[in-house]
Amino acid sequence: MGILNYKFENSNIVIASLDGLLNWARLSSLWQMQFGLACCAIEMMAASASNFDMMRFGVIPRATPRQCDVMIVSGTVTLKMATRIKRLFDQMPEPRYVISMGSCSNCGGPYWEHGYHVLKGVDRVIPVDVYVPGCPPRPEALLEGLIKLQEKVRQESLVKRTA
Amino acid sequence: MLTEFGKVLIFFILGAVFVAGGLIMSWLLRPHNPYPAKLSTYECGEEPIGQAWVRFNVRFYVLALVFLIFEVEIIFLFPWALVYRELGLFAFLEMAVFLFILWVGYAYVWVKGDLNWDKPEPKIPTLARPSLRQTSRPEPARI
Amino acid sequence: MTPQEIHDNLKAKFGTAVADAKLDAIQPWIGIAPGRTLEVCQFLYTEIGFEFDFLSCLSGVDYNDGKLGVVYHLFSMTQKHKIVLKAICTKEQPHVQSVSQVWGTANWHEREAFDMFGIVFDGHPDLRRILCGDDYPGYPLRKDFKVPEFYNGMKVPY
Repeated sequence: MGILNYKFENSNIVIASLDGLLNWARLSSLWQMQFGLACCAIEMMAASASNFDMMRFGVIPRATPRQCDVMIVSGTVTLKMATRIKRLFDQMPEPRYVISMGSCSNCGGPYWEHGYHVLKGVDRVIPVDVYVPGCPPRPEALLEGLIKLQEKVRQESLVKRTA
Repeated sequence: MLTEFGKVLIFFILGAVFVAGGLIMSWLLRPHNPYPAKLSTYECGEEPIGQAWVRFNVRFYVLALVFLIFEVEIIFLFPWALVYRELGLFAFLEMAVFLFILWVGYAYVWVKGDLNWDKPEPKIPTLARPSLRQTSRPEPARI
Repeated sequence: MTPQEIHDNLKAKFGTAVADAKLDAIQPWIGIAPGRTLEVCQFLYTEIGFEFDFLSCLSGVDYNDGKLGVVYHLFSMTQKHKIVLKAICTKEQPHVQSVSQVWGTANWHEREAFDMFGIVFDGHPDLRRILCGDDYPGYPLRKDFKVPEFYNGMKVPY
C-alpha cells in the first residue's frame, strides 16, 4: 500500500515507529458510519450519549461512507437492505473495519429459523472484524467491542496488506 | 537585514511547507486501492439515478451579480481613500459622480424587485376523499 | 348499534353482497363479497348511524383450504361501535376490490396484504410490494411458501 511498500520489504526501526504512530492515530479517531437498523441502534445511541460516551474514544458519527473508518452494523439485516450495505461498504475508503453489533447481524438472531427475508448474519455480504454478542448488547458491551477493534488496529503493519 | 516583504515571504514559505508536507506524507502513507464499486457515486446505498447537477432558483444568480457589482465599487473606493487628502475637493466631486451613477443602478434594481428574496410556494397536496359526511353527534362548540 | 342490527341493515341494503356472518363470536364478523367491498365500505363510512370512520386494521389471511381472505376491523369514533368484515376469495382468483378511496390507511395495508399473500386489490392506486424486495420470489405468509435458497447471490436459509 502506498509508495513505501516498494521500498521496505520487511519491518525495520523506521517502519516500526511509523507503524506505531499511524496505528495510534487511526485507532484514536475511528469515525463511525452510523448504521442503526433496529433495536441495537437504540443501544448504539445510548452508547453515544452522555452516560457511556463513545465520543471520548474518538468515535464521531458521520452519515456518509466517504468519511468513516468503521461501520457498526446494529440491527436486523433484511435481504432488501443487504444489497445497500454491500454497496455502502464498498464506498468506504480503506482502512475500513466493520463491527457487527447484536445477534441479528452476527447470525440472524431470533429470526434464524423462520426468517424469510432476514440475512442470517451480515458476514454473508461484508467481512466483519469484531462481533459483539447480545440482544441487544449493553452499551458497555459495544464499548468493549470497540476497544477490541482498537487492539486489532494496533497490531496492523504498513507493509502487510490489510482488508 | 530583512525587509518587511521578506518577513511575509518567510511566513508564506512556512505555511506552504506545512500544508504541502502534510499532503505529501498522507500521499505516501495512505492505501490506494480503487475499484469501480468504491468509486461509484454515493446515493445512500442505492444505484445513483439521474444527474447530480440540479436546477436552482435564479434568485441566487441575481443576488450574486448585484453583490459583485457593488464589491467592485468598494474596491475602487480603497485607493481613492488613501490619496484623498492630497487631492481635495476635486477627488470628492469625482467620486460623488461615480457613486451617483451606481446609486441610480441600485435604485433601479430595488424598484424592479430584483432584491426580493422570493421563496417558491409550497405545494400542499389535496387528497381525494368521500365528501364530508354528517355525523349524528353535533359539532362541539368552538370557544 | 348491535352487530345484529348492522348485519340486518347491510343485508337489507346489499342483499347478495353480504354472505355469511358469525355474530356470537368474541369479535362478531360479517362476510362480504370480495368484488363489492368498495360500495359496502362506502356505505358504512358515510351513512348516519353507522359512521365507521376508523379502519383499525386490514389483514390478509390464508385459510388452509385453498382460500385467501381479507379481514377489516372497523370502529366508529362517534357511535363507538365496531364490526369486523371478512372478504374471502380463492387462490386461483385472488381479487378483492380496494377500499383505499374510503380510508387512506387502507393504501399501505393493502400493499402489505399483496406483498405477503398475493391478494390483488382492484382499483388500488399504487399496488406494489412494500416490505419484501421488489423481485422477491413468492408470497411469504402463504401456508405453502418455501423459503428460496438464494436471493440476489445471498444464501437465505441459516
